[in-house]
Amino acid sequence: MDRFSWSNGLLEINETLVIQQRGVRLYDGDDKAKLDVGVALLSTHRLIWRDVKNHECCIAMPLSQILLFEEQAAGIGKSAKIVIHLQATPANKEPGPYQHSKYSFIKLSFKEHGQIEFYRRLTEEMTRKRWENTPASQPIPIGTGSQAGRTRAVGIVGIERKIEEKRKETDKNISEAFEDLSKLMVKVKNVFLCMFIFYCGSHIWLRANKIKDKQFGLRSYLLSMGIADPVTRETHGSGTHYHMQLAKQLDDMLQAPLEERGGMMALTEVYCLVNRARGMELLSPEDLVNACKMFESLKLPLRLRVFDSGVMVVQLQSHSEEEMIASALDNVSDKGSLTAEEFAKLLGLSVLLSKERLLLAEKMGHLCRDDSVEGLRFYPNLF
Amino acid sequence: MHRRGVGAGAIAKKKLAEARYKERGNVLAEDQIVQMSKQLETFKSNLEEFASKHKQEIRKNSQFRVQFQEMCATIGVDPLASGKGFWSEMLGVGDFYYELGVQIIEVCLALKHRNGGLITLDELHQRVLKGRGKYAQDVSQDDLMRAIKKLKVMGSGFGMIPVGGSYLVQSVPAELNMDHTVVLQLAEKKGFVTVSEIKDSLKWEKERACHVLDHLLKEGLAWLDSQAAEEAQYWLPALFSELTSRDVTPEEANQMTP
Repeated sequence: MDRFSWSNGLLEINETLVIQQRGVRLYDGDDKAKLDVGVALLSTHRLIWRDVKNHECCIAMPLSQILLFEEQAAGIGKSAKIVIHLQATPANKEPGPYQHSKYSFIKLSFKEHGQIEFYRRLTEEMTRKRWENTPASQPIPIGTGSQAGRTRAVGIVGIERKIEEKRKETDKNISEAFEDLSKLMVKVKNVFLCMFIFYCGSHIWLRANKIKDKQFGLRSYLLSMGIADPVTRETHGSGTHYHMQLAKQLDDMLQAPLEERGGMMALTEVYCLVNRARGMELLSPEDLVNACKMFESLKLPLRLRVFDSGVMVVQLQSHSEEEMIASALDNVSDKGSLTAEEFAKLLGLSVLLSKERLLLAEKMGHLCRDDSVEGLRFYPNLF
Repeated sequence: MHRRGVGAGAIAKKKLAEARYKERGNVLAEDQIVQMSKQLETFKSNLEEFASKHKQEIRKNSQFRVQFQEMCATIGVDPLASGKGFWSEMLGVGDFYYELGVQIIEVCLALKHRNGGLITLDELHQRVLKGRGKYAQDVSQDDLMRAIKKLKVMGSGFGMIPVGGSYLVQSVPAELNMDHTVVLQLAEKKGFVTVSEIKDSLKWEKERACHVLDHLLKEGLAWLDSQAAEEAQYWLPALFSELTSRDVTPEEANQMTP
């Protein structure tokens, strides 16, 4: 940090601003500099930093001082940084915030992001070295402003204005989006209200007149909007074409994984597996449940099963209940007793599912439990 | 002479009139339906316009997502109901949340052996962000909560327990009633709780306190430190913070004196 000099932030005649970034804190080596968070500005000639609250606190360093620089990725609770290694201080350096530093590098910490772009521009400027071609001449003096930059002049105002404009534009984009959204939602509300009334009314009317249901696709359109059928209160056409297709796809996709996992997989596992494979146009949890509900009616060799605890699984139909219980009993008898964890290891199942199997066997009277603070252990039922 | 009322002729006429009305009604109804379809078309193109303009906003701006969701809720629309739904296709809202669901499940599964299936929303948030990587879109806690709500439908035992101003996320179907919840909330300050503390703060009998703590032990949500200075301490791994805990390798564990 002893390479910086006080500056008034004025850009010199041939100097151009390249990029600025708010929310930057400076580090003297590994230590936080005794400065607040501010704005970092990169020009064709210098690296400038200005305090956000105290505009007179402004420092700068020629880019020629930079030896090399690198990115430091963000971590938990740590912002992304750019580490800048510096050359030795030149003899004629103007005074700055630090007289001396034990470090020969500084860091810029980007608390409001922006490091990617800043790094890119810095790389560009350090490659082009534009300061060499257009040696900056003295700025037009305005009064006898001291080094601490007490005179507010064109340079800073210009920079500030640019920052303001950019912020306003971003804000404008966002508030435009919100405005559009509000307008849209009013329209949506109106249309939906109409549709609802019409839908309910027509449904009743059609029923009353015993006319075949001709909804012109209105019902499925409403459902696709995420509006529950007002009459039956479903949120999906059960048995829609989409879910039928899905069910068949699942059958194809899950055969192998199910075999590997002892014929049974928790629905959450299936959800992850399927969506990871898809990458795009993912299934919603409800889509998955609705598709699985169709296995039986489509005569596919898979079944959706809900345990007493509420856990939902997909299982191969070939793995009958009796088989599972018998194998559970065998394993437990073999080892004398088993906990869910031990059973899981034995079969290569998840702990959750192995527990469900043991509970099922217990329910059928083949196993009994020893429930203590050391865990839940199952024994063959000798009663 | 025409007389309104009874008689075969009158009945036939009545039936004819009814049939006409029905027919007229059908025509009217069809009219309405045609009108409605037109309105829907216009509406659809409005939505498409909106979508093309602001699709990015949905994915980049979490505040926008919150507003969007709240507006949908007030008109009774669930935009996340189906991946094939209108909103998913138009705005890509669905994919954002469904993918988040996958990430949440994976984090919870990875840590279950340690915390029994209970994790603070903060820790979940941090780990999900870490997993998503530096260049992925930012994700807010509101986003996480909505994704978790959706996961419930798969019977996975996902739920949220209010604790100390934030939430604990449960990812296993362990039975947790009010008593358990209250003890968890009590433990939040220090990460552990003792029977005496429960008796003092909640004015419970010893049996009730022990019953609850035993249940938490059994479910793997609490660990017992019976060597604590004054009284046995029941620690909740879900509440361990980075500062007070550190993973230990088997080698290090072997070197530690019992």
